[in-house]
Amino acid sequence: MKIDACGLSCPEPVIQTLNAINRGAQQVSVVVDNSTAMENVKRLAASKGYTTTVAPQGELFVLELSKM
Amino acid sequence: MAIQPVSRFLASRRGIILIGAVIGILAPLLQKFGNPANMGICVACFERDIAGALGLHRAAVVQYIRPEIPGFILGSLAAALFFKDFRARTGSAPLVRFVLGFCAMIGALVFLGCPWRTLLRLAGGDLNAILGLIGLTIGIAIGDQFLKHGYTLGRSRPTYTSSGLIMPFFAMGLLLLLFFAPQFSANGPIFFSEKGPGSMHAPIALSLAVGLIVGIIAQRTRFCTMGSIRDVLLVGDLHLMSGIIALTVAAFATNLILGQVHVGFSAQPVAHSNHLWNLLGMVLAGLAFVLAGGCPGRQLILSGEGDGDAAIFVLGMITGAAFAHNFALAAGPDTMVDGVLKVGGPSIWGMWAVGIGIVICLLIGWAMREKIEEAA
Repeated sequence: MKIDACGLSCPEPVIQTLNAINRGAQQVSVVVDNSTAMENVKRLAASKGYTTTVAPQGELFVLELSKM
Repeated sequence: MAIQPVSRFLASRRGIILIGAVIGILAPLLQKFGNPANMGICVACFERDIAGALGLHRAAVVQYIRPEIPGFILGSLAAALFFKDFRARTGSAPLVRFVLGFCAMIGALVFLGCPWRTLLRLAGGDLNAILGLIGLTIGIAIGDQFLKHGYTLGRSRPTYTSSGLIMPFFAMGLLLLLFFAPQFSANGPIFFSEKGPGSMHAPIALSLAVGLIVGIIAQRTRFCTMGSIRDVLLVGDLHLMSGIIALTVAAFATNLILGQVHVGFSAQPVAHSNHLWNLLGMVLAGLAFVLAGGCPGRQLILSGEGDGDAAIFVLGMITGAAFAHNFALAAGPDTMVDGVLKVGGPSIWGMWAVGIGIVICLLIGWAMREKIEEAA
Protein backbone atom coordinates (compact mmCIF):
# COMPACT_ATOMS: atom_id res chain seq x y z
CA MET A 1 0.00 0.00 0.00
CA LYS A 2 1.37 3.41 -1.00
CA ILE A 3 0.73 6.77 0.64
CA ASP A 4 1.80 10.08 -0.83
CA ALA A 5 1.84 12.51 2.10
CA CYS A 6 3.91 15.25 0.46
CA GLY A 7 2.83 18.76 1.36
CA LEU A 8 0.38 17.65 4.03
CA SER A 9 0.72 19.37 7.37
CA CYS A 10 1.26 17.61 10.63
CA PRO A 11 -0.30 15.20 11.69
CA GLU A 12 -1.97 14.16 8.43
CA PRO A 13 0.91 11.92 7.24
CA VAL A 14 0.71 10.07 10.57
CA ILE A 15 -3.06 9.70 10.36
CA GLN A 16 -2.96 8.38 6.81
CA THR A 17 -0.31 5.87 7.84
CA LEU A 18 -2.34 4.92 10.90
CA ASN A 19 -5.42 4.36 8.74
CA ALA A 20 -3.41 2.02 6.52
CA ILE A 21 -2.06 0.12 9.52
CA ASN A 22 -5.53 -0.15 11.03
CA ARG A 23 -6.76 -1.66 7.77
CA GLY A 24 -4.21 -4.40 8.35
CA ALA A 25 -1.61 -3.48 5.73
CA GLN A 26 1.57 -5.51 6.24
CA GLN A 27 3.67 -3.36 3.94
CA VAL A 28 3.20 0.40 3.73
CA SER A 29 5.23 2.77 1.62
CA VAL A 30 4.98 6.42 2.68
CA VAL A 31 6.46 9.39 0.83
CA VAL A 32 6.89 12.60 2.83
CA ASP A 33 8.69 15.85 2.03
CA ASN A 34 9.97 16.97 5.41
CA SER A 35 11.98 15.49 8.23
CA THR A 36 9.31 16.24 10.85
CA ALA A 37 6.79 14.02 9.08
CA MET A 38 9.51 11.42 8.49
CA GLU A 39 10.34 11.23 12.23
CA ASN A 40 6.64 11.19 13.19
CA VAL A 41 5.76 8.35 10.82
CA LYS A 42 8.82 6.41 11.95
CA ARG A 43 7.77 6.76 15.60
CA LEU A 44 4.24 5.64 14.80
CA ALA A 45 5.54 2.63 12.89
CA ALA A 46 7.77 1.57 15.79
CA SER A 47 4.89 1.89 18.26
CA LYS A 48 2.70 -0.31 16.05
CA GLY A 49 5.38 -2.99 15.67
CA TYR A 50 6.61 -2.15 12.17
CA THR A 51 10.21 -1.87 11.05
CA THR A 52 11.05 1.12 8.91
CA THR A 53 13.71 1.86 6.36
CA VAL A 54 14.13 5.44 5.19
CA ALA A 55 15.52 6.32 1.78
CA PRO A 56 16.09 10.02 1.06
CA GLN A 57 15.17 10.90 -2.55
CA GLY A 58 16.23 14.44 -3.30
CA GLU A 59 13.92 16.60 -1.18
CA LEU A 60 11.70 13.63 -0.32
CA PHE A 61 11.89 10.73 2.09
CA VAL A 62 10.55 7.32 1.14
CA LEU A 63 9.66 5.18 4.15
CA GLU A 64 9.11 1.48 3.79
CA LEU A 65 7.18 0.02 6.72
CA SER A 66 6.85 -3.70 7.21
CA LYS A 67 5.24 -5.73 9.98
CA MET A 68 7.84 -7.40 12.19
CA MET B 1 31.44 19.15 12.36
CA ALA B 2 29.29 16.10 12.71
CA ILE B 3 25.78 17.34 12.02
CA GLN B 4 24.04 13.97 11.91
CA PRO B 5 24.52 12.90 15.57
CA VAL B 6 23.48 16.35 16.83
CA SER B 7 20.44 16.26 14.61
CA ARG B 8 19.52 12.76 15.75
CA PHE B 9 19.90 13.66 19.41
CA LEU B 10 17.67 16.72 19.07
CA ALA B 11 14.99 14.71 17.28
CA SER B 12 15.06 12.06 20.03
CA ARG B 13 13.08 11.86 23.28
CA ARG B 14 16.03 13.39 25.13
CA GLY B 15 16.05 16.30 22.67
CA ILE B 16 12.42 17.10 23.31
CA ILE B 17 13.00 16.95 27.07
CA LEU B 18 15.96 19.29 26.60
CA ILE B 19 13.92 21.97 24.81
CA GLY B 20 11.16 21.70 27.41
CA ALA B 21 13.69 22.16 30.20
CA VAL B 22 15.41 25.04 28.37
CA ILE B 23 12.13 26.96 28.01
CA GLY B 24 11.20 26.02 31.57
CA ILE B 25 14.41 27.51 32.96
CA LEU B 26 14.80 30.54 30.67
CA ALA B 27 11.20 31.81 30.89
CA PRO B 28 11.17 32.30 34.69
CA LEU B 29 14.60 33.93 34.37
CA LEU B 30 13.15 36.42 31.88
CA GLN B 31 10.55 37.21 34.53
CA LYS B 32 13.29 37.72 37.08
CA PHE B 33 14.94 40.17 34.69
CA GLY B 34 11.79 42.15 33.98
CA ASN B 35 9.16 40.27 31.96
CA PRO B 36 5.64 40.22 33.49
CA ALA B 37 4.87 37.65 36.18
CA ASN B 38 4.10 34.14 34.92
CA MET B 39 4.74 35.54 31.43
CA GLY B 40 8.42 34.86 30.89
CA ILE B 41 7.41 33.69 27.44
CA CYS B 42 3.93 33.89 25.92
CA VAL B 43 3.59 33.78 22.18
CA ALA B 44 -0.01 35.04 22.14
CA CYS B 45 0.60 37.85 24.66
CA PHE B 46 3.82 38.92 22.96
CA GLU B 47 2.25 39.04 19.50
CA ARG B 48 -0.55 41.09 21.06
CA ASP B 49 2.05 43.48 22.54
CA ILE B 50 3.65 43.82 19.10
CA ALA B 51 0.25 44.59 17.53
CA GLY B 52 -0.13 47.30 20.18
CA ALA B 53 3.35 48.76 19.64
CA LEU B 54 2.53 49.09 15.94
CA GLY B 55 -0.69 50.90 16.80
CA LEU B 56 -2.94 48.17 15.43
CA HIS B 57 -4.72 48.41 18.80
CA ARG B 58 -4.54 51.19 21.37
CA ALA B 59 -4.68 49.33 24.69
CA ALA B 60 -1.99 51.46 26.34
CA VAL B 61 -0.89 48.81 28.85
CA VAL B 62 0.07 46.13 26.31
CA GLN B 63 2.32 47.78 23.75
CA TYR B 64 5.92 46.68 23.26
CA ILE B 65 7.91 45.08 20.46
CA ARG B 66 8.83 41.87 22.25
CA PRO B 67 12.20 40.75 20.88
CA GLU B 68 11.50 37.14 21.82
CA ILE B 69 9.10 36.82 18.87
CA PRO B 70 11.55 37.87 16.11
CA GLY B 71 14.12 35.83 18.04
CA PHE B 72 12.06 32.64 17.61
CA ILE B 73 11.66 33.26 13.88
CA LEU B 74 15.32 34.09 13.27
CA GLY B 75 16.57 31.26 15.51
CA SER B 76 14.42 28.85 13.55
CA LEU B 77 15.75 30.26 10.27
CA ALA B 78 19.35 29.87 11.45
CA ALA B 79 18.81 26.25 12.56
CA ALA B 80 16.93 25.38 9.36
CA LEU B 81 19.68 26.83 7.16
CA PHE B 82 22.50 25.23 9.16
CA PHE B 83 20.91 21.78 9.15
CA LYS B 84 19.77 22.16 5.54
CA ASP B 85 16.14 21.97 6.58
CA PHE B 86 14.91 25.26 5.13
CA ARG B 87 12.09 24.57 2.67
CA ALA B 88 10.05 27.40 1.23
CA ARG B 89 6.48 26.14 0.79
CA THR B 90 2.97 27.55 0.73
CA GLY B 91 -0.47 27.15 -0.77
CA SER B 92 -2.41 25.04 1.73
CA ALA B 93 -5.63 27.04 2.27
CA PRO B 94 -3.96 30.29 3.40
CA LEU B 95 -7.21 32.19 4.08
CA VAL B 96 -8.52 29.38 6.28
CA ARG B 97 -5.28 29.48 8.24
CA PHE B 98 -5.65 33.23 8.67
CA VAL B 99 -9.14 32.74 10.10
CA LEU B 100 -7.89 29.96 12.39
CA GLY B 101 -5.07 32.20 13.64
CA PHE B 102 -7.58 34.97 14.28
CA CYS B 103 -9.90 32.63 16.22
CA ALA B 104 -6.98 31.10 18.15
CA MET B 105 -5.91 34.54 19.34
CA ILE B 106 -9.43 35.48 20.48
CA GLY B 107 -9.56 32.28 22.55
CA ALA B 108 -6.06 32.78 23.94
CA LEU B 109 -6.81 36.39 24.96
CA VAL B 110 -10.02 35.38 26.73
CA PHE B 111 -7.96 32.89 28.75
CA LEU B 112 -4.92 35.24 28.77
CA GLY B 113 -2.14 33.06 27.41
CA CYS B 114 -0.90 30.62 24.80
CA PRO B 115 -0.22 26.98 25.78
CA TRP B 116 3.39 27.82 26.71
CA ARG B 117 2.15 30.46 29.15
CA THR B 118 -0.53 28.07 30.40
CA LEU B 119 2.25 25.76 31.58
CA LEU B 120 4.30 28.67 32.93
CA ARG B 121 1.27 29.95 34.84
CA LEU B 122 0.75 26.49 36.33
CA ALA B 123 4.44 26.37 37.28
CA GLY B 124 4.02 29.72 39.05
CA GLY B 125 1.14 28.37 41.13
CA ASP B 126 -1.70 29.91 39.10
CA LEU B 127 -4.34 27.18 39.40
CA ASN B 128 -6.57 28.83 36.77
CA ALA B 129 -4.15 27.29 34.30
CA ILE B 130 -5.74 23.92 35.11
CA LEU B 131 -9.02 25.15 33.63
CA GLY B 132 -7.06 26.37 30.62
CA LEU B 133 -5.40 22.98 30.18
CA ILE B 134 -8.75 21.17 30.45
CA GLY B 135 -10.20 23.54 27.84
CA LEU B 136 -7.19 23.05 25.61
CA THR B 137 -7.55 19.26 25.85
CA ILE B 138 -11.27 19.42 25.03
CA GLY B 139 -10.60 21.66 22.01
CA ILE B 140 -7.87 19.34 20.78
CA ALA B 141 -10.05 16.26 21.31
CA ILE B 142 -12.79 17.84 19.18
CA GLY B 143 -10.25 18.71 16.48
CA ASP B 144 -8.92 15.14 16.56
CA GLN B 145 -12.35 13.85 15.60
CA PHE B 146 -12.27 15.99 12.46
CA LEU B 147 -8.75 14.74 11.66
CA LYS B 148 -9.91 11.14 12.05
CA HIS B 149 -12.74 11.82 9.65
CA GLY B 150 -10.59 13.15 6.88
CA TYR B 151 -10.16 16.84 7.73
CA THR B 152 -7.37 18.38 5.66
CA LEU B 153 -6.44 21.81 4.39
CA GLY B 154 -4.78 20.23 1.39
CA ARG B 155 -1.19 20.11 0.26
CA SER B 156 1.35 22.90 0.30
CA ARG B 157 3.75 23.23 -2.60
CA PRO B 158 7.40 24.21 -2.82
CA THR B 159 7.85 27.87 -3.69
CA TYR B 160 10.62 30.43 -4.17
CA THR B 161 13.21 30.61 -1.42
CA SER B 162 12.68 34.37 -1.38
CA SER B 163 9.03 33.79 -0.50
CA GLY B 164 10.08 31.72 2.50
CA LEU B 165 12.32 34.56 3.68
CA ILE B 166 9.52 37.11 4.04
CA MET B 167 8.80 36.26 7.70
CA PRO B 168 12.50 36.43 8.70
CA PHE B 169 12.68 39.86 7.02
CA PHE B 170 9.50 40.87 8.86
CA ALA B 171 11.22 39.77 12.09
CA MET B 172 14.30 41.84 11.29
CA GLY B 173 12.08 44.83 10.53
CA LEU B 174 10.47 44.49 13.96
CA LEU B 175 13.90 44.45 15.59
CA LEU B 176 14.92 47.61 13.71
CA LEU B 177 11.73 49.34 14.90
CA LEU B 178 12.57 48.25 18.44
CA PHE B 179 16.21 49.40 18.31
CA PHE B 180 15.57 52.78 16.72
CA ALA B 181 12.08 53.34 18.22
CA PRO B 182 11.07 55.91 15.60
CA GLN B 183 8.08 58.14 16.32
CA PHE B 184 6.09 58.20 13.07
CA SER B 185 3.75 61.05 14.05
CA ALA B 186 2.95 63.20 17.06
CA ASN B 187 0.50 60.78 18.64
CA GLY B 188 1.46 57.78 16.57
CA PRO B 189 3.44 54.58 16.78
CA ILE B 190 5.80 53.08 17.70
CA PHE B 191 4.04 52.84 21.09
CA PHE B 192 5.78 51.66 24.23
CA SER B 193 3.65 51.07 27.34
CA GLU B 194 4.55 53.24 30.31
CA LYS B 195 2.63 51.09 32.78
CA GLY B 196 1.06 47.66 32.89
CA PRO B 197 2.43 44.39 31.49
CA GLY B 198 3.67 46.08 28.30
CA SER B 199 6.05 48.25 30.34
CA MET B 200 7.61 45.21 32.02
CA HIS B 201 10.38 43.62 30.06
CA ALA B 202 13.81 42.06 30.38
CA PRO B 203 16.76 43.83 28.70
CA ILE B 204 16.47 43.65 24.91
CA ALA B 205 19.71 41.70 24.43
CA LEU B 206 18.65 39.05 26.96
CA SER B 207 15.15 38.67 25.48
CA LEU B 208 16.55 38.40 21.98
CA ALA B 209 19.19 35.87 23.04
CA VAL B 210 16.58 33.67 24.73
CA GLY B 211 14.35 33.98 21.66
CA LEU B 212 17.17 32.86 19.39
CA ILE B 213 18.20 29.93 21.60
CA VAL B 214 14.63 28.68 21.98
CA GLY B 215 14.04 29.21 18.25
CA ILE B 216 17.06 27.12 17.30
CA ILE B 217 16.31 24.20 19.62
CA ALA B 218 12.56 24.27 18.97
CA GLN B 219 13.19 24.07 15.22
CA ARG B 220 15.35 20.97 15.62
CA THR B 221 13.12 19.23 18.16
CA ARG B 222 9.70 20.23 16.64
CA PHE B 223 8.50 21.09 20.12
CA CYS B 224 4.73 21.63 20.10
CA THR B 225 2.41 21.82 23.09
CA MET B 226 -0.75 21.24 21.09
CA GLY B 227 0.90 18.33 19.28
CA SER B 228 1.83 16.74 22.59
CA ILE B 229 -1.80 16.48 23.72
CA ARG B 230 -3.03 15.58 20.24
CA ASP B 231 -0.49 12.75 19.84
CA VAL B 232 -1.47 11.23 23.19
CA LEU B 233 -5.17 11.36 22.33
CA LEU B 234 -4.81 10.31 18.73
CA VAL B 235 -2.08 7.67 18.67
CA GLY B 236 -0.98 7.28 22.30
CA ASP B 237 2.44 8.78 21.48
CA LEU B 238 4.16 10.34 24.52
CA HIS B 239 7.16 11.81 22.62
CA LEU B 240 6.09 15.47 22.64
CA MET B 241 4.31 15.12 25.98
CA SER B 242 7.62 14.42 27.69
CA GLY B 243 8.71 17.89 26.53
CA ILE B 244 5.84 19.76 28.09
CA ILE B 245 6.21 17.81 31.33
CA ALA B 246 9.90 18.79 31.34
CA LEU B 247 8.92 22.42 30.73
CA THR B 248 6.48 22.48 33.63
CA VAL B 249 8.80 20.72 36.07
CA ALA B 250 11.81 22.87 35.14
CA ALA B 251 9.78 26.08 35.35
CA PHE B 252 8.34 25.07 38.73
CA ALA B 253 11.81 24.31 40.10
CA THR B 254 13.23 27.58 38.74
CA ASN B 255 10.29 29.53 40.14
CA LEU B 256 10.83 27.90 43.55
CA ILE B 257 14.48 28.93 43.55
CA LEU B 258 13.59 32.47 42.46
CA GLY B 259 10.70 32.75 44.95
CA GLN B 260 8.15 33.16 42.16
CA VAL B 261 5.60 30.52 43.22
CA HIS B 262 2.26 31.80 44.59
CA VAL B 263 -0.37 29.08 44.71
CA GLY B 264 -4.04 29.99 44.29
CA PHE B 265 -6.87 30.99 41.97
CA SER B 266 -7.58 34.62 42.85
CA ALA B 267 -5.71 37.74 41.80
CA GLN B 268 -2.97 35.85 39.97
CA PRO B 269 -0.76 38.08 37.83
CA VAL B 270 -2.22 38.99 34.41
CA ALA B 271 -4.93 36.34 34.86
CA HIS B 272 -8.58 36.07 35.86
CA SER B 273 -10.41 33.43 37.89
CA ASN B 274 -13.56 33.27 35.80
CA HIS B 275 -13.46 29.48 35.43
CA LEU B 276 -16.02 29.03 32.68
CA TRP B 277 -14.34 31.50 30.35
CA ASN B 278 -10.83 30.31 31.13
CA LEU B 279 -12.05 26.92 29.97
CA LEU B 280 -14.07 28.04 26.94
CA GLY B 281 -11.37 30.43 25.74
CA MET B 282 -8.92 27.56 25.54
CA VAL B 283 -11.48 25.19 23.96
CA LEU B 284 -11.59 27.66 21.06
CA ALA B 285 -7.81 28.09 20.98
CA GLY B 286 -7.12 24.35 21.15
CA LEU B 287 -9.59 23.58 18.37
CA ALA B 288 -8.07 26.27 16.15
CA PHE B 289 -4.54 25.00 16.86
CA VAL B 290 -5.40 21.43 15.83
CA LEU B 291 -7.14 22.50 12.65
CA ALA B 292 -4.09 24.61 11.75
CA GLY B 293 -1.58 21.92 12.78
CA GLY B 294 0.34 23.62 15.58
CA CYS B 295 0.39 25.79 18.69
CA PRO B 296 1.38 29.47 18.30
CA GLY B 297 4.99 28.76 19.22
CA ARG B 298 5.25 25.96 16.67
CA GLN B 299 3.65 28.15 13.97
CA LEU B 300 6.26 30.86 14.58
CA ILE B 301 9.06 28.32 14.27
CA LEU B 302 7.56 26.94 11.04
CA SER B 303 7.25 30.46 9.65
CA GLY B 304 11.00 30.87 10.18
CA GLU B 305 11.89 27.70 8.25
CA GLY B 306 9.99 28.70 5.12
CA ASP B 307 6.38 27.66 5.81
CA GLY B 308 4.27 30.43 4.28
CA ASP B 309 1.04 28.86 5.55
CA ALA B 310 2.25 29.01 9.17
CA ALA B 311 3.24 32.64 8.50
CA ILE B 312 -0.35 33.41 7.49
CA PHE B 313 -1.55 31.83 10.75
CA VAL B 314 0.83 34.13 12.67
CA LEU B 315 -0.46 37.19 10.80
CA GLY B 316 -4.01 36.02 11.57
CA MET B 317 -3.10 35.89 15.25
CA ILE B 318 -1.63 39.41 15.22
CA THR B 319 -4.75 40.71 13.45
CA GLY B 320 -6.92 38.82 15.92
CA ALA B 321 -5.06 40.50 18.79
CA ALA B 322 -5.73 43.93 17.29
CA PHE B 323 -9.44 43.15 16.97
CA ALA B 324 -9.53 41.61 20.45
CA HIS B 325 -8.44 44.88 22.04
CA ASN B 326 -10.16 47.31 19.65
CA PHE B 327 -13.48 45.51 20.16
CA ALA B 328 -12.99 44.83 23.88
CA LEU B 329 -13.04 41.04 23.38
CA ALA B 330 -9.93 40.28 25.46
CA ALA B 331 -10.49 39.37 29.11
CA GLY B 332 -9.58 41.71 31.92
CA PRO B 333 -7.51 40.39 34.85
CA ASP B 334 -8.71 39.99 38.45
CA THR B 335 -8.26 43.22 40.37
CA MET B 336 -8.26 44.19 44.03
CA VAL B 337 -10.40 47.27 44.71
CA ASP B 338 -10.04 48.54 48.31
CA GLY B 339 -9.03 45.08 49.44
CA VAL B 340 -12.01 43.46 47.71
CA LEU B 341 -11.41 40.98 44.91
CA LYS B 342 -13.07 41.86 41.62
CA VAL B 343 -13.08 38.79 39.39
CA GLY B 344 -12.04 39.58 35.82
CA GLY B 345 -12.95 37.84 32.61
CA PRO B 346 -14.25 38.72 29.16
CA SER B 347 -16.90 41.31 28.36
CA ILE B 348 -20.20 40.21 26.85
CA TRP B 349 -18.56 40.89 23.46
CA GLY B 350 -15.70 38.58 24.33
CA MET B 351 -18.17 35.83 25.29
CA TRP B 352 -19.98 36.19 21.98
CA ALA B 353 -16.68 36.19 20.13
CA VAL B 354 -15.65 32.88 21.73
CA GLY B 355 -19.02 31.34 20.86
CA ILE B 356 -18.87 32.54 17.28
CA GLY B 357 -15.23 31.46 17.02
CA ILE B 358 -16.09 27.93 18.15
CA VAL B 359 -18.92 27.75 15.59
CA ILE B 360 -16.58 28.96 12.82
CA CYS B 361 -13.93 26.38 13.73
CA LEU B 362 -16.53 23.58 13.91
CA LEU B 363 -17.78 24.57 10.46
CA ILE B 364 -14.22 24.56 9.09
CA GLY B 365 -13.54 21.14 10.60
CA TRP B 366 -16.82 19.72 9.34
CA ALA B 367 -16.78 21.24 5.86
CA MET B 368 -13.14 20.64 4.94
CA ARG B 369 -13.04 16.88 4.97
CA GLU B 370 -11.88 14.68 2.14
CA LYS B 371 -13.59 11.38 1.66
CA ILE B 372 -11.27 8.76 3.15
CA GLU B 373 -10.31 6.18 0.53
CA GLU B 374 -11.58 2.72 1.24
CA ALA B 375 -9.09 -0.14 1.42
CA ALA B 376 -6.72 -0.08 -1.54
